[in-house]
Amino acid sequence: MTQISRDDVQHLAQLSSLQLSDNELDSLKEDIGNILGYVQQLSELDTTGVEPTYQVTDLENVWRDDSVVDDHITREQLLTLAPEAAAHQVKVPKVL
Amino acid sequence: MTHISSLVARIKNGETTARAQVELAFQKAQDNHEYHALLSLTKERALERATEIDARIAQGEPVGELAGVPFVAKDNFLAFGAPTTAASKILENFEAPLQATAIEKLEAAGAICIGKANLDAFAHGGSTENSAFGLTKNAVNKDKVAGGSSGGSAVVTALDIVPFALGSDTGGSIRQPASFNGVVGVKPTYGMVSRYGVIAMASSTDTIGCFTKDVSDAELVMKIMSGRDVRDMTTLPDFFEPREQVAPGRKIGLIREFMTEDVDADVRQRTTEYVEKLRAQGHTVEEVSMPILKHTLGMYYIIVPAEISSNLARYDGIRYGLRAEGVKTLVELYGKTRDEGFVTENKRRIMIGSYVLSSGFFDAYYMQAQKARTLLVNAYNELFNTYDALIGPVSPTPAFGIGENAEDPIKMYLADIMTVPASLAGLPALSVPAGVTSDGLPVGVQLIGQRKSDANLFALAKSMEAN
Repeated sequence: MTQISRDDVQHLAQLSSLQLSDNELDSLKEDIGNILGYVQQLSELDTTGVEPTYQVTDLENVWRDDSVVDDHITREQLLTLAPEAAAHQVKVPKVL
Repeated sequence: MTHISSLVARIKNGETTARAQVELAFQKAQDNHEYHALLSLTKERALERATEIDARIAQGEPVGELAGVPFVAKDNFLAFGAPTTAASKILENFEAPLQATAIEKLEAAGAICIGKANLDAFAHGGSTENSAFGLTKNAVNKDKVAGGSSGGSAVVTALDIVPFALGSDTGGSIRQPASFNGVVGVKPTYGMVSRYGVIAMASSTDTIGCFTKDVSDAELVMKIMSGRDVRDMTTLPDFFEPREQVAPGRKIGLIREFMTEDVDADVRQRTTEYVEKLRAQGHTVEEVSMPILKHTLGMYYIIVPAEISSNLARYDGIRYGLRAEGVKTLVELYGKTRDEGFVTENKRRIMIGSYVLSSGFFDAYYMQAQKARTLLVNAYNELFNTYDALIGPVSPTPAFGIGENAEDPIKMYLADIMTVPASLAGLPALSVPAGVTSDGLPVGVQLIGQRKSDANLFALAKSMEAN
């Protein structure tokens, strides 16, 4: 099992924008340690000189016309999806 | 004639109506409420569409190949008429402003979406126990899991609520629940069906497919959904052309690594019987070995969480979905919204993804996994130089008990071991029913082909079904 500290998990949660409770932090620490321990078996595999495969379509440079496509979705429709909106804008708490 | 096309014929000739079929589906959904396979019904919209189709038929106007056929979509497909939740709190009340291309194509052919099926939240899981709204029970044995992540879609098909249901398969999420519930499940070649409007999990392996009672029905549904879509630039140029007959004397490889003693004895036995049937049809089946397979789960649980952590970054409580109450700053808003809105498995995968993509570990995990993926693709390619298809079980066990694997994520991940390899390589794979265990639980076998050989796989599976 990969040792991963409570601080590491806290840092990961921060990177992931997750504000976890103390209990959840502890149980995720254990799970994540176990999972990383499991996937580490991959390090046994010799991949010297092997190119990575990021996608499996063999497609390259798929072009389309540079034109606006009208999806018939209005700004008002999208604003109604926002948890809070005012003055035709999405409203958020202060940033600073 | 398939089940679905004969139903369409009966609707067209007036023996029954689209409205009657939709109402029947709603009735069956209600009768089977206890399975909790459905999260919502699109009552108003479905009945409206049925009435419209019936009117067109009455006027003698042309209607599509699926006119009046009710279906269910996994609740990660954006669709009108009900919320699209991904079985998560963060999207609990989300009303999609657009529909998935797959849904649009089916509607254009006259099919009618009657409801949304349960899943593991954001399709993270293999049992549908990770749904934020409660688990789905297996269609054959209510003490067992439905499988997952497309558990609800498999169960509504097995219970005959609708003739077909849609699912997504990123690492087995269609094939495994299909096998657990005794129905046909299709994972097409990556890029055959547009992913547009389906909530993204792992973009490099996400595929769209379906559940049906027989192979011909599945082929029909896939034919309608497939094709290039300008809204999904990873779709391949059109290639899927169903064929009537399988070419004689196919050469098929039985994957040795999936037939070891670790695999349930009944599962192995049913697979062996299917192999014997293939031989009896004049095909050659030989054992093949892919040593790289033992590493595929490791690759999968690096690559997929990495893509998940990116794809799920958009759920931030700003533009749509849940927003946590009582927060003062933006950072708090993100953190609390995501904590409340995601289930534990979502958080595990997001955090694993953050880990393997972080600067100190990127090469050791993510890059190593993508290189290993190349070795997997090469191993498949080498086999497909000799073999027309590969065969093996879908899952090492039949449906497991509710709660049995819930506490141990790795045990749960191991249930995917036979389905993730084809996903990482973008290959088409069918899960077809192959009988039951001594306890009466369904077993599925998996037929895997090279990329874009979907039509050949269907032809082979159809010929087996006929015999």
